[in-house]
Amino acid sequence: MIRQERMQVVDQKQIARHIFELTVQGGLTSEMTAPGQFVHVRVADSYEPLLRRPISVAAIDPELQQFTMIYRAEGRGTSLLSQKKPGDTLDVLGPLGNGFPVEQAEKKAYLIGGGIGVPPLYELAKQLNANGIQTVHILGFESKQAVFYEEKFKELGETHIATVDGSHGTQGFVTHILNELPKDFDTYFSCGPTPMLEAVQWAFPEKRGFLSYEQRMGCGIGACFACVCRTTKSETDYIKVCSDGPVFPAGVVIA
Amino acid sequence: MTNLTVKLPGLNLKNPIMPASGCFGFGKEYAQLYDLSELGAIMIKAATVEMRLGNPTPRVAETASGMLNAIGLQNPGLTKVAGEELPWLERFDVPIIANVAGTTTEDYVEVAREISKAPNVHALEINISCPNVKQGGITFGTDPLVAKELTRAVKNVASVPVYIKLSPNVTDIVSIAKAVEEGGADGITMINTLLGMRLDPKTGRPIIANITGGLSGPAIKPVALRMVYEVRKQTDLPIIGMGGVATVEDAIDFMSAGANAVAVGTANFVNPFVCPEIIAQLPEKLHDLGYESVEELVGRSHRL
Repeated sequence: MIRQERMQVVDQKQIARHIFELTVQGGLTSEMTAPGQFVHVRVADSYEPLLRRPISVAAIDPELQQFTMIYRAEGRGTSLLSQKKPGDTLDVLGPLGNGFPVEQAEKKAYLIGGGIGVPPLYELAKQLNANGIQTVHILGFESKQAVFYEEKFKELGETHIATVDGSHGTQGFVTHILNELPKDFDTYFSCGPTPMLEAVQWAFPEKRGFLSYEQRMGCGIGACFACVCRTTKSETDYIKVCSDGPVFPAGVVIA
Repeated sequence: MTNLTVKLPGLNLKNPIMPASGCFGFGKEYAQLYDLSELGAIMIKAATVEMRLGNPTPRVAETASGMLNAIGLQNPGLTKVAGEELPWLERFDVPIIANVAGTTTEDYVEVAREISKAPNVHALEINISCPNVKQGGITFGTDPLVAKELTRAVKNVASVPVYIKLSPNVTDIVSIAKAVEEGGADGITMINTLLGMRLDPKTGRPIIANITGGLSGPAIKPVALRMVYEVRKQTDLPIIGMGGVATVEDAIDFMSAGANAVAVGTANFVNPFVCPEIIAQLPEKLHDLGYESVEELVGRSHRL
């Protein structure tokens, strides 16, 4: 169930260039059902900035009733968010959307992430591994300074890093790594910029895949029709990224 | 006991607070969060004769204390709204105000005729003020004569009272209000969004794919309040006021300026519980101001 809660900030730290890791605590955590769901965060109690920010969930700790968000502080809103300290409270609406279908993986899964699309793949990797699924992580970043969670992913499975400028790992995009890897997986999960998602789904047309999309959102719950995309089903079919997604099977969304 | 009830043409409201059209879908999303029967009414998303897929994205952009939108009246079309969305809403004890949009007079007439037959539709809100569609919409709401003729045409076929939703994007909103009154309108809802734009600071390109969008949120409240005040001075028609309402104090302001009831729009996106919260706070607020009922408060700024 979706809840709106004033959650306690437990921890916040910068983990890469412009990238922050924020952990909050509260009962809303127990409503989270799948990795890939997101929360809608109000960064200020004033009208400025007005709208909530959709932030992805990188890790869930049901026992401590805590979850961790990772986000890029680039605009006014996320910069304000990055100033929250332990002891502060945070107005959170969530969990929102439908996450990755963990149960769809059989033996081995590829988790392909780009930039700020990487965070939800971490909780996904944890849950897949807990289910006995082998995970391979292919993660793309802008540069070495933007890389985060490399060690954490490595603890869960084989991890490959690509950077656009070549300052760390393979130079180029995740697709450059994917071209070199064996296609011995049954399912892939991906989250990142739309061009990356497109490239990934064309790379594996024969595989079962699930993609998490990004769109400018208003309400986050499906009421405002800001984040719609057409689908491959018909000329008139559409989805709302926030409430029908953000995760969709590959081949459905025309982004 | 403070009396929150409001009696308007077609509408026996248990309280004066309702979500504004386009900010609440057809209620399903918010029904996950609270009992919609708590609301005074629901203004559902605009219906057009045929389904509309709306504008390309990005469709929204945040602005100082507000937001721009150019959704483009996306909706499943009259048949589905009347056949699926409205019957679903019948489970709630709440009157529905159906928002009617179109590109021609014939469109408005057809939607108004058909949608007003639904048992839970107690009033129509005729959207002659949508700034985000290429044809129709606002073009009906910026010329008094055109607005009057459309009002008359819709009144002829509607089986429930007709409220006309006014656009603020005019030089003289009072003349439009007077015109729709002459056309037989039963009430006015105001205001729709203010036409605006936002640019990408790096490229200079408009953020919204439609280039322009409708500005809403707290930023527009002073404009909306002024317009409600001006229109109230010139007409006795019921007014459902809206424009940047986010708190119980805002709702009090609109009713003071002459609105008989108040709609909440963009604030639903920020706080999805805003409507029931305002409703819960209203009795104490009225009591503090020395009023026993909503009706006593309405228009108080004109009696000073």
